This record gives sequence, structure tokens and C-alpha cells, in this order.
Amino acid sequence: MVVDDRAATLDIEIDEDMERGPSDFQLAIQELKRRPPAIFGAFFVSLVIIFALVPDLFSPLDPLSQDLGRYLKAPGYVDKAGDVYWLGTDQQGRDILSRIIWGSRISLIVGIAAVIVSGLIGITVGIFAGYFGGWVDTVISRIIDTALAVPFILLAISLVAILGPSLQNIVLVIALRTWLVYARVVRAEVLSIKENEFVTGAKATGCGTIRILFIYLFPNVASTTIVIATLYLGRMIIIESALSFLGLGVPPPTPTWGGMLADGRSFLDTAWWIALFPGLILMLTVLSVNLLGDWLRDVLDPRMKRLAE
Amino acid sequence: MRTYIIRRCLQSFIVFGAILIIVFSMLQITGNPAAVLMPLDSTDEDIQAFSKEMGFDQPIPIQFAKFILGSDLVDNLLGSEREKEKIDELERDPDAPKIVRTKGVIRGDFGFSYRHEIPAMGLVLEHFPNTVLLALVAVLIAVVISIPAGVLSATFRNTWIDYTSSVGAMFGQSMPNFWLGLVLIIVFAVYLGWLPTSGYDAWYYIILPSITAGLYATARITRLVRSQMLDVLGMDYVRTARSKGIVEWLVVVRHALKNASIPVVTLVGFELGILLGGTVVTEAVFAWPGVGFLVVDAINNQDYPIVQAAVALLAFVFVFVNLVVDILYAWLDPRISYS
Repeated sequence: MVVDDRAATLDIEIDEDMERGPSDFQLAIQELKRRPPAIFGAFFVSLVIIFALVPDLFSPLDPLSQDLGRYLKAPGYVDKAGDVYWLGTDQQGRDILSRIIWGSRISLIVGIAAVIVSGLIGITVGIFAGYFGGWVDTVISRIIDTALAVPFILLAISLVAILGPSLQNIVLVIALRTWLVYARVVRAEVLSIKENEFVTGAKATGCGTIRILFIYLFPNVASTTIVIATLYLGRMIIIESALSFLGLGVPPPTPTWGGMLADGRSFLDTAWWIALFPGLILMLTVLSVNLLGDWLRDVLDPRMKRLAE
Repeated sequence: MRTYIIRRCLQSFIVFGAILIIVFSMLQITGNPAAVLMPLDSTDEDIQAFSKEMGFDQPIPIQFAKFILGSDLVDNLLGSEREKEKIDELERDPDAPKIVRTKGVIRGDFGFSYRHEIPAMGLVLEHFPNTVLLALVAVLIAVVISIPAGVLSATFRNTWIDYTSSVGAMFGQSMPNFWLGLVLIIVFAVYLGWLPTSGYDAWYYIILPSITAGLYATARITRLVRSQMLDVLGMDYVRTARSKGIVEWLVVVRHALKNASIPVVTLVGFELGILLGGTVVTEAVFAWPGVGFLVVDAINNQDYPIVQAAVALLAFVFVFVNLVVDILYAWLDPRISYS
């Protein structure tokens, strides 16, 4: 926390006479070519997104089809109909590979929805606090500091348990924490950006406050928020899985990676594949998102290096 | 400096107050706390009677005051006859449910566990040492691995040592620790048979849980040590030390590491706070008898006083550790001024 504060309040020097170089997008692509890990990240994330969008195209079998005759079959099992269970079956005879592919949906939906919800709240609050300053800023900053000092995981578990485990409650509880991060960083950025002449110019030409906030200030914090979104997406996916693992995720029969790991926990001595494969995909997904996040951070916002550490 | 400490203490006090409000609101946000606590097949009359007995029918501010100060104090203050009679009656009746009589948070009373029928905070405190032990060993393991890894990584920058350590740290930050726990059980308990799968009967039971809990901290501290060391190794005084002919390892350890260590100490303290505030998932994986394990069990049994007591205690510890770390940071690094 302490480390973050200092990095977030550093000022930037903007060189007014700077020549227009290549755009952010061009720079990002140039940098990507030099970074094999980021290429892997981009490839794997795309793969998971495609799985989540059209799981029926890739899922070899029905993820919900149960048959106790296929109880805990090892990877590579072939049933009488000739169907292959590449990654084995679980305690209800369901195909692990198909369930992993369908399970990508919940992970991505929760992760992305939580990023968007928390981003909308956090950016709005941060821009207001930074632009207006004064007591608005003081109150908001105090609230943020206070909320950041609350230990999150235990509270999230309790809240989801009491509110009831549904997709929207999970997203809300996760977003409850993350908007603080956006708000704090955006506030610090706006504090320095609003001193620029283009903002004074906008005021002088009679722009309304809302217009200044969202047309003039927002684009200047956009790249920072994209970096935060990517760096936090992985954490959100892990939190969702942890909730599912504890039985507080989206209720069955919907396949979730965390829920599959919870199933596997009871069969560690007889059927290791149930716990191994969903976790492996989960880890690779989070790793890929983080690799992309590192790349975006270096390209868009090198000053944020500290924040992620 | 003194102003800073006083301000930080005051802020922690407010944070803890806010946490108590959240803990109190936990049951209120459901709309009808009595219905949440009663068995699913209860009739409406049962629920209403229970609600009255528990005081859920009273105005929220009074309920909150009772939660904080205790029912007896609040009733005396308000001079509520009904409550006095009820309490007298309960005092005489040995079979009356004990959960109604709470002495309030200020006296460490979070009410009775519905299931175990003993004070919730007592039960939480009984499990707390196990959580502290797990968190301390996890941080110890994290420090023992991450500091050498980070230092070597920076000293031998862009060699295989650096790559191995950096890739390891990247994986460590991306790996869900409950999955690591499951994999460790498969390998070391089931396949190799070296260590037990769960529980806590002897010292070696802590090995797998503490590695699991310390994973994220290890990765994070490694990355910070590396970047701090890279910053410091580029400084003039390090070059001066080298040019004096001091052997390289002494330069690294005495001149560089010492100066790179302030942010690292802060992060270690911060990670310890996080671990004390919740090794819930790790405890669930290994059936480690700490507060997190107790809470997950309580949630499954809808035993909310335990959940409330646990959240309050762990939040208090978390806030306290953060306070200590921040003050330590200010003390270690006098260059930073706090307005």
C-alpha cells in the first residue's frame, strides 16, 4: 500500500513541443514483436475467449452428461460408443475436457464484468475527486483509504454467503473492492492533468463541467485504466475460482473451474486428473492475462511499474 | 513524526469502526435476519417470535448500539421496561437461549454460536493461534526463498539464474494457491507418501499448508527485491565501493541489499497482515484448524455470530499490523516527510 501511494502521486512532465511520434497502438505492436511471453499471453487469452464465446464448437462431449458407468475414468478413456474422454471423467462420469471448455465462461464473465463495473465506478469517482478537489476530494480519499484497509477475502466470502451465491452478487462483491484501485490512481492522474493548459482552454471556451470531465480528462486517464483493468483481471478470475472452490460460486450444474477443483479435492488419492487439469488451465489463463498486463503497462504507462509489484 | 503516528492511529481507529459497522450490517443486508437464522421449514409465526426474542424488531440504531455496548447497558440507558423484564426472566430461566444476552463488542462479546452454544469470540480465539502460526511460517518461508532469489536475480541480471527466478515469480503470482495446495497433496502426500494430506497433529503437518499460503508473498517479494536491487546497484556509492576494491559479494550484501531493504521490509509486513487477515482458502484445502477453516464451517451451518466475530478479529489484526508497518516505514526512512 505504502509503495503504491508514492508511485501514484508522481507527477508527469509533458513536453509541449514534442513531435508526434508513432501512435500508442503502433508502439504496442512493435513492442509485442520483441516479447515472446506477451505473444503467448495474447494467443492463450484469445483461445480462452473463443472457448467462452462458442464452447459448443470445441467441447467434444456434453459437459453435463452423467453416467456412473464412467465413474472416475482416467485420461484417454474410450467408452462403448467410441467417445474419447481425453482428460478423464469426474465422480459423476462427466467429461473433464468439455467441462473445462464450458467452465471458461463463468471465469471470463465474472472477471470481465467485475472489471467493467469496478472501472465505471472507480473512474467516475476518481475523476470527480481529482477535478473538484477540496472537501469532495478529502471525503472520497478518506473513504478509499478506509476501505482499502479492510481485509478482503474473508469479507467477500461472508458477504457472498449471506447475499446468496449468484453471478451478479459475486460480481458486485468482487467489484466492491477493485473500484478503489481505479479511483485512487485516476484521482492522482487527474490532479496533475487538470493543471494543463488544454483544460484551462476548455474552461475559457465555455465547456460545461461534465464535458470537461468526460471529453477532456477521461481520454487522458484511459490508458492507465486499461492497464489496471488487465492487471486486476487475473486476480478477479482467481477470486471467483476461490469462491467456487469454497462452494460459494455460481451454483451447479454450471461448470466452473473452482467448482471442478472442489470436486477433485475429494478424489486426490484415486483420481488426480479432476483436480489437476482445471487448475492448470486456470493458472495458464491468469498467467497469460498477467503477461498481457505487463506488456500493456510497459507500453502505455511505464510509470506504473511499482504499482504492480 | 509524532503527528503522523497520531494521525495514523486515529485513522486505524476509524477503519476499525467502519469494519464493525460492516460486521453488524452483515445480517441486516439480507432484509430479514431472523429468516436467515431459522431453519428453512420454520413457520412465519416462529420467525416473528424469534425475531422479537433476538430484538430484530427494534430500530436499527438501537440494535447497533446493543451490538456495540451490550443489551444491558443500552436497556439501562433507555430505561426500557420490556427489555428489563425480559432479561430478568431470561436470567431466571436456565433453558432460555443464551444468544439473546450479549454484552456487546466493547466487552469482547459477539454473542453465542448457534451451533456450539458457547461464546463465538471464545471459539474464534481458540482457533486464532493456529492461523498466526501458519501465517508466520508462511512469511518465514517466503522471506527465506525470495530474498536470495531476488538478490541473485539482480546480481546476475539476464543470465539463466535471473530468467529462472523471474519466470518462477511470474508463475507464482499467477497460480491460484488452493490449486498449488491440491497439487502438493497429490505429489507429496498421495504419490510419494512423505507428508500428511490434512489436519494438524505434529510439526511436519505445517509444511505443505505454509508453502501454499506463502506462494503469492514469495513471488511478490522476489520481484520487489530484484527491482530494488537493480535500482541500488546502479547507484554511485555502489560504484565507489567497488572501485575501493571491496569484494563483489560484500558490495552486494552490505552496500546494496541494506539500502534496498526498506521497501522490502514494508512489503513483508504487509504480506504478513494479508496472511493473518485470511489464509481461509489454504486452511480449507488442508483442513488446517485455524480461523478460516472455522469460518467456512460456520458459513455452511449459517452460524453467523462466529462469522462476525472472526471477521472483526482478523480485520482488527490486519489493521493493527498495517499500522505497525507504516510507522516502522516512517521510522526506517526519515527522508520521507509526512504532512
